[in-house]
Amino acid sequence: MPTGPMSPQDPLVIAGRAFSSRLLLGTGKFPSSAVMGAAARAAGSEIVTVALRRVDLDAGEDDDILAALDTDEILILTNTSGAVDADEAVRLARLARAAGLPDWIKLEVTPDPRYLLPDPVETLKAAEQLVAEGFVVLPYINADPVLAKRLEEAGCATVMPLGSWIGSNQGLRARAGIEIIVEQAMVPVVVDAGIGAPSHAAEAMELGADAVLVNTAIGTAADPVAMAAAFRLAVVAGRAGYRAGLPASRTDAAASSPLTGFLDDPAPASVSAAQP
Amino acid sequence: MSTTAIALTTRPDGVPDGTAAADLQEVDLAGLRVHAAMATAADVDRALGRQRRDLTDFAALLSDAAGARLEEMAALARQTTLRRFGRTMHLFAPLYLSNECVSVCTYCGFSAGNDIARRTLTPDEVAAEGTALVERGFRHLLLVAGEHARIVSKGYLRDCVAALAPVVPQVSLEVQVWDTDTYRDLVAAGADGLVVYQETYDRDTYAGVHRLGKKRNYDWRLAAPDRGAEAGMRRLGIGALFGLHDDWPADALAVAAHARALLRRWWRAEVTVSLPRLRPCAGVPAPPGTLDDRHFVQVLCALRLLLPDVGLVLSTREAPEFRDAVIPLGVTHLSAGSHTEPGGYTGPSDAEPQFSVADERSPAEVAAALRSAGYDPVWKDWQRS
Repeated sequence: MPTGPMSPQDPLVIAGRAFSSRLLLGTGKFPSSAVMGAAARAAGSEIVTVALRRVDLDAGEDDDILAALDTDEILILTNTSGAVDADEAVRLARLARAAGLPDWIKLEVTPDPRYLLPDPVETLKAAEQLVAEGFVVLPYINADPVLAKRLEEAGCATVMPLGSWIGSNQGLRARAGIEIIVEQAMVPVVVDAGIGAPSHAAEAMELGADAVLVNTAIGTAADPVAMAAAFRLAVVAGRAGYRAGLPASRTDAAASSPLTGFLDDPAPASVSAAQP
Repeated sequence: MSTTAIALTTRPDGVPDGTAAADLQEVDLAGLRVHAAMATAADVDRALGRQRRDLTDFAALLSDAAGARLEEMAALARQTTLRRFGRTMHLFAPLYLSNECVSVCTYCGFSAGNDIARRTLTPDEVAAEGTALVERGFRHLLLVAGEHARIVSKGYLRDCVAALAPVVPQVSLEVQVWDTDTYRDLVAAGADGLVVYQETYDRDTYAGVHRLGKKRNYDWRLAAPDRGAEAGMRRLGIGALFGLHDDWPADALAVAAHARALLRRWWRAEVTVSLPRLRPCAGVPAPPGTLDDRHFVQVLCALRLLLPDVGLVLSTREAPEFRDAVIPLGVTHLSAGSHTEPGGYTGPSDAEPQFSVADERSPAEVAAALRSAGYDPVWKDWQRS
C-alpha cells in the first residue's frame, strides 16, 4: 500500500481507527468495476465509499462493486445516496448493517437530484438516530460551520463539507466555510465533493483539512488509474506542505515591523526619557 | 328521508394552478419556435458558450445554424453527460401487462380499432415475467398497458405492482393516467416512477390522433406527472412521439419547456425525457413530419445542453447501430431485450406487440456492447428500505 513519507507519523484517526491514507475514494461513474478497483489501488485509499443503491445485497461479496475491492485492506464506507429524508437514510444504514457491511455510514441525505446538495435538517436528524444505534457516522454537509458543530456534538466521527457540489469539479468554492470548519472542528474534517483536480485536493490539505474524498474527477478521467495516482501524490504533498508550516501570504509588500520598527531604531527622533 | 350526495369523479377543465402543466401554458412556445427558425450563428455561439442555458438558447440549438455545428454540440453534450453521470448507462425493461385498449390512437398497435390478439396477464403471470427479467439482470421494470379501465383497473395495477415489489427494487408505470389518490395507492404498493408521454404537445394534432377514449383529454394527461409527483412518485418520465406532429421543433421545444417546469415545481423528483420516434406497427401508414437521424441527434444534444441533470431515454425502437452511435451523446437510460407483447418474456406469446422492436439484442448483448464502448451498464440503482 503506497504511503507518503509523513504518513506513518501522521495517521488519520477516525473513530479511534488509524489510517495512513488521507485520500478517500468514491466508486460511482467509473467505466467498469475493474477500472474502479485498479484506481482504488493506485489511489492507495483505505476508505472507499459505495452507494447502497448500487449494491446487489443478495449477491453479497460477489456483487460487482464489492468484488473489485480488497476488503482486507479497504474499509467499505456505505453511503445512503438517494435518501431524501432521515427515515430513509436510517433504514438504508440498517440494511447495510444487516447485509454484513461495516457499521461505518457516509450519511448523504440529498433530496434534490440536480445539485445533490445535502438537507441539513434531515442530515442532523438521521445522524442523531444513527449514532444512537451505534453506527460510525460520517455526514456529508454544505460548508456550514454551525451545522458542523451540531453534528460533532451529536457524536459524528467526522464532518464532510463539500468543496463544491457533487460532480461539478469546481474545486473549493465553499472555501470560506471550510476554513472556519477546519478552525473549529474537534473531529477530522474531510472535504468531499467538487474536487476536480489534484491541485484542489492539495489546496484542501494545505488549508488544514484532514482528508479529501474524490469521485467524479477520478471516475470520469480519461485515465482513471493514472488520475488516482496523481491525486494520491497531491494529497501527500498538500499535507506535507501544511505540516511544514506554510508562510502566510500577503497581498501587499510590507516591511517586517511597520508599526514597531521604530523601537529598534538606534537614533530615535522622538523625545526620550532622559530629557528634562 | 335522507339523501346521500353522489360524488362524481369528473375531471376539471384546464390544468390546476401550481402545476408544471400550468407553468407550461405560460411559456411563449410560438415565440421560441420563431427563434428556432431565425437563430443566427451569434445566437448559437451564445447558447453554446453559456454554463446555464435557457429555453431561448435551446431554441437556438434547434436551428439550422446550430445544425451546421452538430459536431461541436455533440462534443459539449458528451462532456456534460460524462461529468454529471459518468460512464454509466441505466438499463431497464418494459413489461407489458395488457394490450387491451378502448382508446383509438392512430399511431398505436393496441388501438381499439385494430383486430389483434389481446391478452392481459394475471398478477401471478406478471410476477413470473418480472422474475424472468430479474434473472436476465434487470432491476428496474417499466409496466406498460393499454387503456381499459375495467380490465386494466386501478385494483389490477395495484396488484401487479404489489406482486413485483418483492422481486425488483424499481417499478415504474406507463399506463393510462389516473387521479392523485390512485397514484398514491400505486406508490404505497411499491411503484416510484411514472412515465406519461404527452405524445404531441400540439393540441390540434393531439385531437387528430386521439380519436376515441379518455386519452382525448389533453389537459388531464398534461397534468398527470404533477399528480404523480404529488402522490410521491420520485421519477417522472415525459416525452413526445416524434412523427405525430408535422413540426418536430415545436414538440422538442414543448417537451424541453415541460421538463424545466417539472424540475422547478417538483424539485425532489428525478425527471427523464424520452425521444421515441414512430416505428411501424399494425395498421399504421408511414408517419408525416418524421424526425430524421441528423435532427434526432440535434434534439438529443440540445436537450442535454439545456438540462444537464435530466435522464435521456432511448428505446428499442431504434436500430442497434444507431443506438450505439448516439449513446455517447447524452443518453443515460436504455431499455434492452424488449418484448412489447404481454407475456413475451416467459415464452412465445400470441398477443400482438405494440411496435416492432428494432434492436433485438438480448440484455447481455447490449451490456457487452456498452462495455466495449467504455460504459458501465447499471442495472440496480435503487434500494427499497
